Amino acid sequence: MTRLSAAFAKGHPALVCFVTAGDPTPAATPAILDALVEGGADVIELGMPFTDPMADGPAIQRANLRSLAAGTKTADILQMATDFRARHPDVPLVLMGYANPMITRGPEWFAAQAAKAGVDGVICVDIPPEEDGELGPYLRAHGISPIRLATPTTDAARLPAVLEGSSGFLYYVSVAGITGKQSAALASIEEAVNRIKQTATIPVAVGFGVRTPEQAGPIARVADGVVVGSALIDLIAEHGENAAGPVRDLVTALANAVHNARKVEA
Amino acid sequence: MNAPIPNSFRNQPDAQGHFGQFGGRYVAETLMPLILDLEAEYRKAKADPAFHAEFDDLLEHYVGRPSPLYFAPRLTEELGGAQVWFKRDELNHTGAHKINNCIGQILLAIRMGKTRIIAETGAGQHGVATATVCARFGLPCVIFMGATDVARQAPNVFRMKLLGAEVVPVTAGAATLKDAMNEALRDWVANVHDTFYIIGTAAGPHPYPELVRDFQSVIGKEARAQMLSRIGRLPDLLVAAIGGGSNAIGLFHPFLDDPSVKMMGVEAAGHGLDQLHAASLAGGRPGVLHGNKTYLLQDDDGQILEGHSISAGLDYPGIGPEHAWLKETGRVQYTSVTDTEALDGFQLLCRTEGIIPALEPAHAIAAVKKIAPTMDKDAIILANLCGRGDKDIFSVAEHLGVKL
Repeated sequence: MTRLSAAFAKGHPALVCFVTAGDPTPAATPAILDALVEGGADVIELGMPFTDPMADGPAIQRANLRSLAAGTKTADILQMATDFRARHPDVPLVLMGYANPMITRGPEWFAAQAAKAGVDGVICVDIPPEEDGELGPYLRAHGISPIRLATPTTDAARLPAVLEGSSGFLYYVSVAGITGKQSAALASIEEAVNRIKQTATIPVAVGFGVRTPEQAGPIARVADGVVVGSALIDLIAEHGENAAGPVRDLVTALANAVHNARKVEA
Repeated sequence: MNAPIPNSFRNQPDAQGHFGQFGGRYVAETLMPLILDLEAEYRKAKADPAFHAEFDDLLEHYVGRPSPLYFAPRLTEELGGAQVWFKRDELNHTGAHKINNCIGQILLAIRMGKTRIIAETGAGQHGVATATVCARFGLPCVIFMGATDVARQAPNVFRMKLLGAEVVPVTAGAATLKDAMNEALRDWVANVHDTFYIIGTAAGPHPYPELVRDFQSVIGKEARAQMLSRIGRLPDLLVAAIGGGSNAIGLFHPFLDDPSVKMMGVEAAGHGLDQLHAASLAGGRPGVLHGNKTYLLQDDDGQILEGHSISAGLDYPGIGPEHAWLKETGRVQYTSVTDTEALDGFQLLCRTEGIIPALEPAHAIAAVKKIAPTMDKDAIILANLCGRGDKDIFSVAEHLGVKL
């Protein structure tokens, strides 16, 4: 069993937490990652900053710019992953970002370096299944899960193409929009997850617009995992180098809500 | 590295939207279904005589096509070499070639039942052209424009507002064209159900590079027929300025399979290729941005760099994917001219022909100035005069140290 599949087989829904690598500085990221694990995150998504984050709202855009302004390089991010793997041998780590920084030295280089750093999965926002050849084959050859996004516009006819060649989990983007903006109605999320799970054999995690334990709990009742990003990014923006404590507190509350969501129901 | 020489240069892209290794559809999943719909609808429109009839009718009676083909006698005499001819797309309604594409795309939007139009703009020419067609067809229009450009292109902002558009200043990044395009994509992702994105150049995810090229190819089709009818032969060299590259591909494409016709695309070298510039082919390397793979100005980590040009319309760190492919196949030669050379070209055309060009085609004129004297007197250069310079007189005055 891979680290990713183990994270979704703990007998409770998984909490997936996103932060941007190098935000506010490369030096601050390890303590923030540790805070995510201590708070109870089951999967860590580490964002690779990009100058042009087209699918992200203002909060994550600013996180990208803070990180780049602090001088974060791809080599720094790979080092963060390597060090994380040494400290946390069992917690899955996923790199998330945009195509250009991932393929700029060649997809083979990126896949090999990510594998060496102990990365479990890669989410590339702007490589849809139609362009899978750009990165997917190299990730799979190195044992890294290409994790794809499904959205409210991904209909039943298209879903098999999205799932083809992906593994780890499916990231269901609950709103047609950018990160951190608005949240979808629970009923529409439940309907979508149920529809996807008729086809998908991998876990389905739901994200975009999930900020609080009160939102995360009900979603965890209908999905295999819940992704939280912008709310953590906002805390990092507010507390800067001292963000680890507040991040740990929010993740603890989120993990409580997500891990116990189905117990409360029963 | 040169790509293999194909049988025809005019049958790109392939079914997946690739021009060789370039182009493609690098977009978020939310947009993919819409991009596929757009492609299907464009295939139908392309095969529909009624679509072409409406497009042609609007180009003739609303835009003012065909645009003239003009022999420039005094410029030719002054340069002392090849005969210089211009395709006069600056005489179009709204003053540039941009309107050709906007007419085509808004007809597609209406076919698809979309009720809201968005667009990005740099200098404001594409924004004005988009606002114009939205007013003509009664559709609400939102234009994303970098806050820096809003400040330096105030007349065009006012034009767009007069035409009924909402202009949204974008403060992200350097607040120029690239950031405006990011913001337009964000709006589109959030409003895919009712919104059509009119992209202003032959770039972005497939099918945009293809459909923008097709709509702009009216320039080259007219020019080719006009040349044959006026002098009974084809030109020896085509010259056009390149930012994203829509006016250049529009001129070049109908001539690509005429082996006797050489072509030159002119990028903006800004302060010089060793300093700040916007010449993606000369100073960049392949990468992925804004939905397509193409040459980009970027650092070692793949972070995108800011372009610089005196011409806001050329100030973009990428280039349309078909140009990237035409460079690699060697079919088109690409060169670049600096801000200073473009200013010289601007004044040269004003003085010799009584035509005030936009700063974008001033780059093409600067390249013509260099190459015409090296060619025989019976050789023919055809350059695209893709926009008029009214919008640029303030920035030209400033660069020449004249206070208005």
